[in-house]
Amino acid sequence: MNLTINGTSHTVNLPDDMPLLWVLRDGLNITGVKYGCGIAQCGACTVHIDGVAVRSCQVALADVWGEITTIEGLGAPDALHAVQTAWIEHQVAQCGYCQSGQIMQAADLLARNPEPTDADVDAAMSGNLCRCGTYPRIRAAVHAAASAMKEA
Amino acid sequence: MSRLGTYTRRGFLVASAAVAGGVVFGVRAYNARLENPLTAGLAPGEAALTPYVKINGDGITIITPRAEMGQGIHTTLAALVAEELDVDLDQIGIEHGPPSSAYFNGGVVEEGYPFPATDNGAIAEFARAQRDIPAVFLSYQITGGSTSTHDAYDKMRRAGAVARETLKAAAAARTGIPATQLATQAGAVVLPDGTHIPYTDLAAEAAATDLADAPALRPRSAWRILGKSQDRLDVVDKSTGRAVYASDIRLPGMRFGALRRSPHPGGTLAGFDASDALAMPGVDAVIDVGTGVVAVARDTWTAMRALDAVTCDWAPPAYPVDTAGHFDAIAAAFNPDQRDSRQRDDGDVETALSGGTVISGEYRAPYLAHATMEPMSAAALMQDGKLQVWAGTQGPTVARREAALAAGIAQDAVTITTTLLGGAFGRRGEMDFVQIAARVAVQMQGTPVLLTYSREEDMSRGPYRPAAIGRFRATVADGVPVAVDIETASPSIMAGIDARGGSPAPIPGFVSDFTLNQALWDQPYGIENYRVSGYKTTPLLPVGFWRSVGASQNSFFHECMMDELALAADRDPVEMRLAIMTDAPSRAVLEAVAEMAGWGAAPAAGRARGVAFALAFGVPTAQIVEIEQTDGGIMVRDVWVAADVGVALDPRNLDAQLISGVNYGLSAAIGEEITLTGAAVDQSNFHDYPVLRMYQSPRIHTRILENQRHIRGIGEPGTPAAAPALANAVFALTGQRLRELPLGKKVAFA
Repeated sequence: MNLTINGTSHTVNLPDDMPLLWVLRDGLNITGVKYGCGIAQCGACTVHIDGVAVRSCQVALADVWGEITTIEGLGAPDALHAVQTAWIEHQVAQCGYCQSGQIMQAADLLARNPEPTDADVDAAMSGNLCRCGTYPRIRAAVHAAASAMKEA
Repeated sequence: MSRLGTYTRRGFLVASAAVAGGVVFGVRAYNARLENPLTAGLAPGEAALTPYVKINGDGITIITPRAEMGQGIHTTLAALVAEELDVDLDQIGIEHGPPSSAYFNGGVVEEGYPFPATDNGAIAEFARAQRDIPAVFLSYQITGGSTSTHDAYDKMRRAGAVARETLKAAAAARTGIPATQLATQAGAVVLPDGTHIPYTDLAAEAAATDLADAPALRPRSAWRILGKSQDRLDVVDKSTGRAVYASDIRLPGMRFGALRRSPHPGGTLAGFDASDALAMPGVDAVIDVGTGVVAVARDTWTAMRALDAVTCDWAPPAYPVDTAGHFDAIAAAFNPDQRDSRQRDDGDVETALSGGTVISGEYRAPYLAHATMEPMSAAALMQDGKLQVWAGTQGPTVARREAALAAGIAQDAVTITTTLLGGAFGRRGEMDFVQIAARVAVQMQGTPVLLTYSREEDMSRGPYRPAAIGRFRATVADGVPVAVDIETASPSIMAGIDARGGSPAPIPGFVSDFTLNQALWDQPYGIENYRVSGYKTTPLLPVGFWRSVGASQNSFFHECMMDELALAADRDPVEMRLAIMTDAPSRAVLEAVAEMAGWGAAPAAGRARGVAFALAFGVPTAQIVEIEQTDGGIMVRDVWVAADVGVALDPRNLDAQLISGVNYGLSAAIGEEITLTGAAVDQSNFHDYPVLRMYQSPRIHTRILENQRHIRGIGEPGTPAAAPALANAVFALTGQRLRELPLGKKVAFA
C-alpha cells in the first residue's frame, strides 16, 4: 500500500488492520507521533490526514483516506509552523512527550477557527492530555499563534 | 603522575563540595571512587576538563547527569557550568553522560536526615556538609526528591570554573602570556590585545594540561546567565518531534516487545502456553521474564496482539483481594508493634489531650498511578557478551547493576544510555523495565529489542503511591492548637523498592522508612504538645515514589487537620498558622500567598477558597485554591502559590514547575484512584483513571521567594498543598468536610 507522509510517498507492506500509529512508528521509524493510550483518550498520537487532526491509534492502515502530516512535516527547526514558534516562545514543553499531539491538535484548531476563545481552546484541546500540566502555557501559546497567523 | 591519576585527584577536588567544608573522615577512599568517567571515551585532541566539560575541535559539551523528565534540569545544570566557563548556552551541546559514581547526588542523602529543613543549627549543618560521602560510596546517581539543583549548585559551577582556568593555562602556555593577564568570554580566551582564542582551538593543549585548582566562585552580582530565565535547551526538539525518548530508539534489525505481567500487581508467573501466539505472522518469540511474558514481533502492535493469544497461569497474591481489605490492613497497622517511627514528640500529648475537648478525625488517601504520558519502555541489545540498554531512568547506576544481574554478566559489560524521559514522577526510579528489557535481550542475542508497556500494563500493575490513613486528635485553646497527636499508616515504599531491586544499597529492615512521616513530622509549627508517628503495614500492593512521595498524602492529612482546628478555634486559618509558625521563610510564603489572593476580602458570590501550607523537600510552599459551583459541578478557577527556593536560578522554569506540581496535585485530588476487585486493579487506561484535562486547569499565579538559607529544587514542592487547599475550599463552599481522596467521590467536579 502507498502512503503519502509529509509530502513523501512510502510503500508499506503491513496488515490492513494495523493502526496508522504503529505503521508510522515501527514500520517507517517516524517517531514524532507518540503512543499514549491506544484508545483515543490521550491525543499523543494526533496526526493530520488531509489537514484534519485524527487519532492515529484509531485509523487502520487500509482506511487511510488522504495525505498524512506528522509533527515532523508540520515544521522543522529552520522552518517552523506558527504553532511551533508560539510553543517555543512560551516554553510550553516540559517532558514534551505529549507536545507533538498538542501541536497537531492546535494547528487543526487554528486552521478551522483563526480566533478561538478560551472556551474554544478548551473544547478543542481537552482530548489531549499532559501530565506535566502545561495547560496554561498551551492556552497562551494557542492564542499567540492565532495572533501571529492573523498578522501573517 | 598518569593522566588517569591526575583526573582522579582533580576530579575529586572539583566534584567535592564537602572538601571545602572541611570533611576529613574517609576522604582517601571517597577520593578513589571518583574517577572521571569521560576519560575512557576520549578521542585524540579531546579534553575532559572535569567530569562535566568535554571540549574538542568541533565544540563544547556539558555533561548534565540528571534525568530530564520535564523539570528543565538539563538547562539549569548546563547554566551552572556555563556561568563560570564563560560560554553562552547557544554555544554548547549537552549530554546526559554515562552512569558513574562521579555523578553522585548528595542531595538525596540529606532528605533522609533527622533534621527538619528549617534547622540551620550547627549539628544539622555539619551533617549536611558530610552528605556527599555516603552518596559517593553508594553510587547515588539518582534524580529525585527535588535535589538536583541543590546538589549541583556549587559542584557544577566549580567544574565550570576549573575548566575555564585550565583553558587559560593552556592559552598561557601557548602564548607565553601569564594566565593572570588573560580573560575569558563567550567560549574563548581573550588576550590582552583583544585576540580571541576559541576554547575549541585549545582543546588538544588543554587535554595535556593539569587541571587548575578550583578558584573562588563568582558572586551572584556578576552572574550573566543564572538568575535569568533561559530558553530550555530541549524546547525546539520537543516542539518539532525530534526529541528522542527510550520509546523512540530505533536500531538496524530492531524488533519490538510487549509485556504482560500478573493481573495481581507484584505477582509472578506460574506457567504459560504461547503456541497460538508463536503461530501468528510477524511473531518471533514469547519469553518468560519471571514476572510475566514478553512477546517479540515485527512491530509493537503485533506483539501486543500476540500477548492476547498467550495463556498464562498467575500465582495468587498474598494481600487482600479488594480495596476495603487493603484499608482494613492499613487501619490494623496502628499498633505499637507496627510503629515505625515517632520523629516528633514535643511536650506531653496524652496529658494535654486529657485536659481539653478533643477534636479528632480520620483521613484516607488511595493508591495512585503515576500515569506518565510515555508508558514504561527500554531498548536493549545483547551481543558478544556485552549488553547495551537505552532507558529513560532516574537511576543509571542502579539500572546498570540491575541490567547486569538480570543478564547474568558483570556490570562493566553493561552500557546504559539515558534518554529523555516522557514523564517520570518517581515511576522511572523503578527498575522493572530495565530488568525485563535485559532478560529479553539475553534471549534475543544479536537482535535489538524495544520493549514498550501498553498503557494497560503500565497502569494496572503498579507500583503505586501508597494508600494511607492519617488520624489526629487535638485540642485548641486561645485561638491556637495546644495539643496535636497525628499519625499515619501505609505500606512501606523503602521496603518495596529494596525488594524490587530499585535501591542503590540494601536497606536493613530495622531502618525507619522516612517517607512514612515525610512532611508530617517536620512542619514549622510551634505547638506545645505535638506528636507525630508512622506505622508500617504488612506488604500490600507494590508501592513506590510518586511526585512528592510521603508529602502527597501527609500534607493532605496535616493541612486539613489545621483547617479543622482553625474552625474549632474560631480563627482564620491563615491567621492561626501565622500565629504558630516558627520559621520566618515559611511565614513569608503564607503571607505572600494571602496577599496575592486578596485573602482578607471575601471571594465573589458562588466562590470559595481554601488554604494550605507544606514544607516539603526543604521548600516552604503555601497555596490558596478558589473554586466555583457551576451547573456542571465544581470548577477550580484560580490557584495562588508561593514557594521559597533560596536562590531562584531560572524564574520562568520555576513558574513552570510550580504550575506543573499544582496541576498534578489537583488532578489526583479531584479524580485519581486505584482500586482493587478480585485481587486485580480496576483501572486500566485514561477512560477509567481520569486525569486533569485542559478545561479543568485553573489559572495558576506563582511567586518565588528567596529568603531561606539553602538553595532548593522545585519539581515536587508544588504538589503537596494542592489537595488540602482544594479540600478546604470544598468545605468552605459546601460545608462538607471531605476526609477521603479523591474528593470527586463525594462531590461533583465539572
